[in-house]
Amino acid sequence: MEYFLIIISAIFVNNIVLAKFLGVCPFLGVSKRVETSLGMAAAVTFVMVIATIVTYLLQKYILDALGIGFMQTITFILVIASLVQMVEIILKKVSPALYQALGIFLPLITTNCAVLGVAILAVSPSLNYNLLEGVVFAFATSLGFGLALTLFAGIREQLDLTNIPQGMKGTPIALLVAGLLAMAFMGFTGIA
Amino acid sequence: MKINILTKGLLKENAVFVLLLGMCPTLGTTTSAINGMGMGLATTFVLVMSNLVVSLVKDFIPDKVRIPAFIVIIASFVTVVELSMQAFLPDLFAVLGLFIPLIVVNCIILGRAEAFASKNNPFDSILDGLGMGLGFTLALTILGALREILGNGSIFDFKFIGAESNGMIIFVLAPGAFLVLGYLIAIVNKINK
Repeated sequence: MEYFLIIISAIFVNNIVLAKFLGVCPFLGVSKRVETSLGMAAAVTFVMVIATIVTYLLQKYILDALGIGFMQTITFILVIASLVQMVEIILKKVSPALYQALGIFLPLITTNCAVLGVAILAVSPSLNYNLLEGVVFAFATSLGFGLALTLFAGIREQLDLTNIPQGMKGTPIALLVAGLLAMAFMGFTGIA
Repeated sequence: MKINILTKGLLKENAVFVLLLGMCPTLGTTTSAINGMGMGLATTFVLVMSNLVVSLVKDFIPDKVRIPAFIVIIASFVTVVELSMQAFLPDLFAVLGLFIPLIVVNCIILGRAEAFASKNNPFDSILDGLGMGLGFTLALTILGALREILGNGSIFDFKFIGAESNGMIIFVLAPGAFLVLGYLIAIVNKINK
């Protein structure tokens, strides 16, 4: 039950993009086609889960144990940056097909604030997750990211075909659509 | 001509309205004018300091490891801001919360370090950081003020509608951030054209 609540909450109620405003850059940047947005979502899921496991263990067994919690930001961003590089190199060797699919998105993920944000949230004292809960939280959050991204990309594909006032073309109309999506997701408030 | 470096970030190359960088803190922290301004000033501090340090050490950093080196410099100043704010402005820190450590991944800062500070002298880099940072602060303050006016009927915590009434609360909630920013960018596009 505990895990079920974490999942529903992370996907719908506290959607990372539409309610928490993390990962908005890729949300606006790579959402022009459904296909690319699926690729980005998969890459984010991959990195977010691995990053959360590594940073969780680092926080509990090194930063907390040594009492150097103030190093959190520096440690986490370095871990994530090198992790992304490593994942890229390993994927290239082990699974060229997957690398082909995710390749161009991986470098972008270092500066995706959703990854660092989830890593910090998962170890935050207010949530007090254990490792498994943290991993479930990271996985569900990335699913929520994928859901928002894919929905948004689907709408934007339709937008290309519609007649929009000159000044609103491009980013402004995309932001308005995101606003309406966020309103729709507000409907989930209170269920978990 | 130095003044150009300072002013270009304010309007012509405004990070938020024109370059569309740093969207997460822009949307996430602008529930009121004062919150937007606090976030903007925190980012400006990191931007100026990291630009200064990057331009001072640029000749000692090998080209291949420059990005990780820049990130460490930026992360150090973010930690300085995080700890100072926690100590001196605990209320603001409680509101901005997660977005303070996330200044590290604000693309404006790494972008200026890479595009400007790693190629120019320290003085120009400070000016560039200050201009860009103040442009960012300006954008966040405007967005925060509009959302506060519409959503709460107040500006900088000064309430100008009846104390009982609430304003259109939706503008303080998540959807309002997207809507207001969308219209603001449309207006800026129109002016720039």
